[in-house]
Amino acid sequence: MSGRRDLSAIDRALGRWEGTASRRDFLKTSGLFVFGLSAIGAARAGFGAQPAEAGPYPDPDFLQLDSWLVVGEDGSATFYIGKTDGGQGTGTATRQMMCDELDLAFDRATVVMGRTDLTVDQGGSGGSDAIERGAMVGRRIAAEARRVLLEMASERFGVPVEELRVSEGVISLAADPSRTVTYGELIGGRRFDVALTGANINQAGGVASIKPVQDLKLVGQSIPRYDIPAKVDGSFEWAVDVNLPGMVHARNVRPPFAGATLTGVDESSVRGLPGFLRVVREGNYVAVVCEREEQAIEAAETLAVTWEKPATAPFPASDDLFDYLRSAAPEPNPGGRWAPEVEGDPDAALAGAATVVEAAYDVPFQGHTAIGPAHALADPSDGQMTIYTNDMKPYSHRTGIAEFLGMPPERVRVIWMEGPQLYGRTAADDAGFEAAYLAKELGRPVRMQWMRHEETAWDTKGPAFAIDLRGGLDADGNLVALDYQGRIANYAHVGYNQARTVLIAQLMGLRPERPAPGGAGGPDAMYHVPHRREETRAVRLPLVFETPLRTGNLRDPNGPQITFAAESFVDELAAAADADPVEFRLRLLRGAADDDEIFRRARSIAVVEAAAKAYGWDARPSPARVGSGRLLTGRGIAYAYRARTTVAVIAEVEVDRETGQVRVPRMVCAHDCGLVINPDGLENTIQGNLLHGISRTLFEEVRFDTEKVTSVDWRTHPTLTHRDAPERIDVVVVNGDPNPDRPDLRPYGAGEPSHKPVPAAIANAVHDATGVRMRRLPLRPERVLAELQAAGV
Amino acid sequence: MRETTLTVNGETHTLDVDPATPLLYVLRNDLGLRGPRFGCGLAQCGTCTVLMDGRPIRSCILPVSRTRGEITTLEGLPEDGKLHPVQQAWIDEQVPQCGFCQNGQILTAAALLDNNPNLSDDEIRRGMNPILCRCLTYFRIQSAVKRAAAAMAGTEADR
Repeated sequence: MSGRRDLSAIDRALGRWEGTASRRDFLKTSGLFVFGLSAIGAARAGFGAQPAEAGPYPDPDFLQLDSWLVVGEDGSATFYIGKTDGGQGTGTATRQMMCDELDLAFDRATVVMGRTDLTVDQGGSGGSDAIERGAMVGRRIAAEARRVLLEMASERFGVPVEELRVSEGVISLAADPSRTVTYGELIGGRRFDVALTGANINQAGGVASIKPVQDLKLVGQSIPRYDIPAKVDGSFEWAVDVNLPGMVHARNVRPPFAGATLTGVDESSVRGLPGFLRVVREGNYVAVVCEREEQAIEAAETLAVTWEKPATAPFPASDDLFDYLRSAAPEPNPGGRWAPEVEGDPDAALAGAATVVEAAYDVPFQGHTAIGPAHALADPSDGQMTIYTNDMKPYSHRTGIAEFLGMPPERVRVIWMEGPQLYGRTAADDAGFEAAYLAKELGRPVRMQWMRHEETAWDTKGPAFAIDLRGGLDADGNLVALDYQGRIANYAHVGYNQARTVLIAQLMGLRPERPAPGGAGGPDAMYHVPHRREETRAVRLPLVFETPLRTGNLRDPNGPQITFAAESFVDELAAAADADPVEFRLRLLRGAADDDEIFRRARSIAVVEAAAKAYGWDARPSPARVGSGRLLTGRGIAYAYRARTTVAVIAEVEVDRETGQVRVPRMVCAHDCGLVINPDGLENTIQGNLLHGISRTLFEEVRFDTEKVTSVDWRTHPTLTHRDAPERIDVVVVNGDPNPDRPDLRPYGAGEPSHKPVPAAIANAVHDATGVRMRRLPLRPERVLAELQAAGV
Repeated sequence: MRETTLTVNGETHTLDVDPATPLLYVLRNDLGLRGPRFGCGLAQCGTCTVLMDGRPIRSCILPVSRTRGEITTLEGLPEDGKLHPVQQAWIDEQVPQCGFCQNGQILTAAALLDNNPNLSDDEIRRGMNPILCRCLTYFRIQSAVKRAAAAMAGTEADR
């Protein structure tokens, strides 16, 4: 049988980055050859063939330069980074930043990301901080390597460092440029043996300073992503592609009802099937393992299993969810975690307001629904456990699986490889735990992959919200008081790869000491409101564990939900004040003179103004005069910040009066994320954020009855398609810093902020077009049509 | 088990697999191809797309015994060692994010343009509509289809 590959792990890792590089080339060009006896070297040298290569796998030391950066004999460099790239090109951007500091050409370096045996523990992905935090450490490390190389050259030539020049990995004498030495000649194939300092990994660095922004050459260029050619010609190796000798295939059998108890498994129903190997059962967890993949699928479908429904309904039906959230008693307030934030005296200010506006907003559970379902391969060879996975946090995946299996962490390693998006779904990748458990049971490499119905029903969900807002305007239309009351269905957040909260653990009956409610703040806006209260309370659904409505992080966790309510409400207030929505926002932003240390107020004003200018915004109150034709058009704005990035989005919509269908033909996004590393990569990331936002606004909703999730595939859980994509997107990159040329300008995250204002911008545009305010997501045609008809539009 | 003969990317393979096995698993697990990937198993998303005699089909539901003619996967799209204009356009436009669905996007675009390189914007949208992307890269995909169409028209004009 062809197609079976028996390469070492290092070859597999390499194949991803270099396509054709052989192991020999890798050793020659990266200097790993000399690492044979070191801790990292043992793990790097290969896998499975010799005892030294078979583990254990101690953590690379983040206070050693050699753990981060290796120069090969040919002068090329390999950067070892403990982040993961979710498809936004953070690997390419990191390489640009580190090459810039090292003074090395971009194509002379490679990046290895997210392998617990090879890369330092930077926590993997999360919070869109791969560049802002992860690569900033990389810059300092690369700068330190450059400093050390210059000192070595200084010694070699007998001249002070000040009399040396460096360009693309070649150091020369300023006085005699014909005398040169390369990085490869200075250190290639040898260790730096330079200790770093830093209280934690995010502070790691050496003596050298990073360059002023003005001296960076690769940063700011739209260098093409290194991973794209292999993704386009079919040679890229994903986590789904890893194929080990002796590997077998597993599929899960899920409870047909949430909270069901397994009462019987008739193994004879599958024993005669071709390739059948095992049924594995523990508590309510059931899986089948077969020789071939299609055999495992058939066996999982065929296995006769009996379940008992729970005595009480696990949750209200999705149509009754918001009534439930508003009427149920919220959970107590442990440790003040959910204490309200109060400024001034909002109750008195509301009582004294000339106009009070009230509105209630609803956002359903929304899933990740990745294009490919969860998957992982676990290899138990040599008494170790190696997991090939797209878990975005390989380090917590490793410790979580070690705890789950009762293995020492150094005997477990996680090799991150790319997969279908991440966006928080793979911060607690269930399939890796399942594959590892089954591999331990069978003593063979086991590949687990979920089916579509399983992924769509059982992936982690962004929590549902019910949000009530009250605002008070004075006689001049100024906002004087705001009261935000949120209810969030996020009582037991799964966290990050926790051994007691991943799905297999829950189904086996394991429980955390106490449920961990997901945090949720109030609206993220720099508006000046003299009297304000923001309060969010968690509401518990009847079934807390073993539920398909388990909550986890979904891109900008809670942000789109909260901002949908908050920024829709700002438009409602603007309408009540008969003010233009842009002008009203600018008034709120300019209401205070002071700013914070990263100038978020100035940078918020800058993005709102830039978006309005790029769109060609004509100042007038919303709604527009409603047209007489079938297609009603309007525009809406929303603004937010996330962490240190500010963003304003304008959506233009067409609403079909007869069908209720909403389209978004044009979007404008003004975006300030500080220093831009790769403009084209940033634009692609923002475009994805915007379209993901349109999809969540118009289509996405987890549907369920009182027994189970009923949205289980692409028909019952629709997503945005080609037909509904905008025809025009304008991305305006803004630098609203008071000193935009500051030499220490930092990059801020861009993976999530522009997602946040999209639902409100679209809902505001629908209101502008129709005069109808949509306060419940998603804006599916039947819901919009019902509101239009109710309003007589 | 029964012997099945398949022609994939110009090579003929004889395999001993259950004839009901969906083509996808044979391509991936027996022939070691990485282009087509499992997305839904329901012919709803297009991630598993391959070309059968130039037409895009969903390999996740097609029994291997019912394949006819020539199967082309993403790996087989280049000709004479040169990327298909659609593949080149995908690089030039820097289309993918995670890239997991792009196999289906590229093959569907190639089939559309091989059939008719003069597509209107609306025809591109309708033709590509069945192929889902959850990084939502549709905007760049559509730009890349137009770029490839222009490149193919230029090539035609050169002949």
